[in-house]
Amino acid sequence: MQSITNTPTRYGWATILLHWLIGILFIGQFALGFLTVRLTSQRAAFELIQLHKSLGFLLLGLIILRVAWRLGNAAPRLPPSVGALERCTAPLAHLALYAFQVALPLSGWALVSVSTLEIPTMPFDLFVMPNLPLAESDAGESFWASAHWYLAYAGIALVTLHVAAALRHHFMLRDGVLMRMITPSSAGE
Amino acid sequence: MHARILGLAAAAACLAMPVYAAVVLADAAGSYTISPASSSIRFTIGKAGGGGFNGAFSHFKGTIRIDNGDVGRSKVDLTIYPESVGTGQGRIDAFLRSDAVFDAANSPEIQFRSTSVTRTGDSTALVTGQLTARGRTSTEKFTAELDGLKAGTIKFHVTGKVLRSRYGMDVGTPLYSNVVDFDMTLTGRKG
Repeated sequence: MQSITNTPTRYGWATILLHWLIGILFIGQFALGFLTVRLTSQRAAFELIQLHKSLGFLLLGLIILRVAWRLGNAAPRLPPSVGALERCTAPLAHLALYAFQVALPLSGWALVSVSTLEIPTMPFDLFVMPNLPLAESDAGESFWASAHWYLAYAGIALVTLHVAAALRHHFMLRDGVLMRMITPSSAGE
Repeated sequence: MHARILGLAAAAACLAMPVYAAVVLADAAGSYTISPASSSIRFTIGKAGGGGFNGAFSHFKGTIRIDNGDVGRSKVDLTIYPESVGTGQGRIDAFLRSDAVFDAANSPEIQFRSTSVTRTGDSTALVTGQLTARGRTSTEKFTAELDGLKAGTIKFHVTGKVLRSRYGMDVGTPLYSNVVDFDMTLTGRKG
């Protein structure tokens, strides 16, 4: 029987599911974001931006769930083999990853809210998402567009670091840190 | 003999019609050229969450022919140049002109050719015709209301709803309604 919650040494399946779902969606969003500004077809660009917005709101919802879940479920301890430096820096890197997961979709929401194009937001054509209470202006739009881009670049750097660290744990340190984000904890542990 | 019968019929028709209509028929008959300076073609598209999206075409041409005695044989031809679309927001104008919507480079004209005009009131008529945009033709109906008539000038207020999906312009639905509300003032000058 696999456990939904984390244990002192392992992640539960809820954490694992949220981690991979958010990870895959975020990488997809990076690709979509870069693609939309390079397309020559205005129609395809418009439609992909709407998809990017829909996925962004889905991500924001999942991230809120993830942060709440994380606050109520302590992460498992690092294996004893992990050194002192990593013991200090790993939580900082994870904190930065969480901060960016919240900030990136919020900056996108701010961008569509202040845009003078006034394009409504309807996640997956299901309902109208209200705008954030921010003043609409060309200056505000270019500010939030830049913020969204810089956060995306920062996010890519953080995710790359995160993936490199996971691969290092798996292939160089061989300490099971990557595997515990793949196989959930069991009730017996 | 025939002339007399027709004359009687026309007189009877005039008597049966309201005074305003009779005046219209008597005075309005003729061919008019639409004057862009004193005409406007505006449109609104509803937006999800309320509000709408307004635009206008500034470049168009056309003719209105009012048939003497038989409104049903009247005719309206209108050509709109989508390149002239304006919304007050340059980026939206560029989007509308692009192949996402009008594809103005490859389809520079939107044409309306009336096929029938049916009188619906003293000063109103239903105009049915073929609308062609982006290579697709569909039947559309517009309501025309006589808004003024004097010294060789005729003015109509024309309204109608067009489904943009019929012309391959359904981008952005349902964020933006498929229904385009047209509101036009068409002023024609005789000759």
